[in-house]
Amino acid sequence: MLTYLLKRLASTIPVLVAVSIFVFGFVHALPGDPARLVAGPDAGPQDIAAVRAEMGLDLPLWEQYGLWLNNAVHLRFGKSIRTQEPVSTVVAQRFMPTLWLTLVSLAWSMTAGIALGVLSGVRRGKWEDQASMVAAISGVSMPSFWLGLLLISLFSVRLGWFPTGGYDSWRSFVMPAFVLGLGVAAVMARFTRSAFIEVSAEDYVRTARMKGAPERRVIWHHTLRNALIPVITLTGLQFGFLLGGSIVVETVFAWPGLGRLLVDSVSLRDYPVIQAEIMLFSTEFVLINLVVDLLYAAVNPEIRLR
Amino acid sequence: MSASLVDSQASESIRSPLAEFWRRFRHKYVALGAGCLLLALLVAALAAPLIAPYGPATPDYDAVLEGPSWVHWCGTDAFGRDVFSRIIWGGRISLTIGFLSVALGGAVGMLIGLIGGFVGGWIDGLLMRVMDVLLAFPGIVAAIAVVAILGPGIDNVIYAIAVFSVPVFARLARGTTMVLKQTVYVQAARSIGVRPILLMLRHILPGTMPSAIVYASLRLGSSILTAASLSFIGLGARPPSPEWGAMLADGRDYLGVADHITLFPGIAIFITVLAFNLLGDGLRDALDQKLR
Repeated sequence: MLTYLLKRLASTIPVLVAVSIFVFGFVHALPGDPARLVAGPDAGPQDIAAVRAEMGLDLPLWEQYGLWLNNAVHLRFGKSIRTQEPVSTVVAQRFMPTLWLTLVSLAWSMTAGIALGVLSGVRRGKWEDQASMVAAISGVSMPSFWLGLLLISLFSVRLGWFPTGGYDSWRSFVMPAFVLGLGVAAVMARFTRSAFIEVSAEDYVRTARMKGAPERRVIWHHTLRNALIPVITLTGLQFGFLLGGSIVVETVFAWPGLGRLLVDSVSLRDYPVIQAEIMLFSTEFVLINLVVDLLYAAVNPEIRLR
Repeated sequence: MSASLVDSQASESIRSPLAEFWRRFRHKYVALGAGCLLLALLVAALAAPLIAPYGPATPDYDAVLEGPSWVHWCGTDAFGRDVFSRIIWGGRISLTIGFLSVALGGAVGMLIGLIGGFVGGWIDGLLMRVMDVLLAFPGIVAAIAVVAILGPGIDNVIYAIAVFSVPVFARLARGTTMVLKQTVYVQAARSIGVRPILLMLRHILPGTMPSAIVYASLRLGSSILTAASLSFIGLGARPPSPEWGAMLADGRDYLGVADHITLFPGIAIFITVLAFNLLGDGLRDALDQKLR
């Protein structure tokens, strides 16, 4: 297990380095002079030169990258062009709302998705299965922002049950978390169903039935436990999907999170914030997948021994 | 000549691949229905000037924010523009973005996968690490990054979505290529001196198509959805454009007052994406024996 852990850790580092090169290079790929951008529209040539020296833009590129990476590792991403606050402060303020929204969405969608998937698997071909799968493929195809708008129109504007947006009480969580988790629940349901059906055909499930184990035990103990192993891998991918989805959902529900910050920063060309956010999103995604792979190896010896 | 002889011996039946596919696909009524629906949408988009009752940008200030009626099937928006006509015109944009981005991402990805799987060694390793990096960005984050560099606009949305279609196509093609490389018919072709480039394009590429077609269909749905999302958050097509996501962004200001502006473009997105997903599921059952 330790060898696997080290090997897997080692494979993460080049990916993160490449991501950092991309994020660093991104500002240099932009049309125009970054120093001019940071200095603002009213800056004279001297101001721009000063900013250039301050940002180290007169150094060779690889030295700039080294400096930038060193700063990034210490979470120093410079100042936001828009608010002049340090980027790390801006991002930190927005971190918790997004984390909570993602976790709540993940929790309900995993529970519902796995439950629906098992129901479908057990009642394969029956109406429960067909209904769940129709719901699942509709959920996958649903534009989350559209559903969000319809929910706002019905439950906020007409009925007044939930706020249209914001981040205060549990009420403000209900609609965004539902909308964000729907696609994940749908994917989970489809995946759990096929994993469940696959495991149902295994010899050990037949053996369990043959030796007279009650059906409940066959389903919960023999089938579901094994069917859930691949579901772990999917969870990691879905977490990334939630991070991405939160960008759209936060825009719909005026959620003060990272996603909306990213959208605002792109429209206002606030590059230091964009850099920090893309670095953060990608690092989170890579780390979550690392954790998921390790979990997967912990429950499935076949992987780590390969 | 000799290669085709080996081909027909290797396959189980003597039916042509297309006939074999049709034999399995024609009973997938849901997928067939979805395919017909998509065909209809495609025709409607192509024939928009003939079908749409009004122009996509023709204002009518005497008919502002009107609900659905016989004159305006889906009502009118804040400028009195006919929502139904705009949806038909918008179909052109959404379908174009979908097809072009998947075609571009698919072509580049398949090429990378073919080369990586065929050549192997450090080239393969390098290509796959690059793909890993691309996969390290959650889809829409990558698209936003590309749009942030290139600026908003439909062309850039196509590039942005194409970029993150590449890695999965590459992995699919690489996996199949590595299997096909070892098959008897490819080995035979190699032994009679078929050049590597021909080996890749004539003997291996066709074998990678089934899984690529299935993924392309599913990908089309999600590309259209991503494009609409980007337009909705203001990074794709801009509001006067009848792109479906941009129309939703327009309708947002009239929630509770004129819900139809939001309702109908969303239905268009939903049905189109759903149809691509249903078609993809059916194709997968018919084409890809490995997947279920």
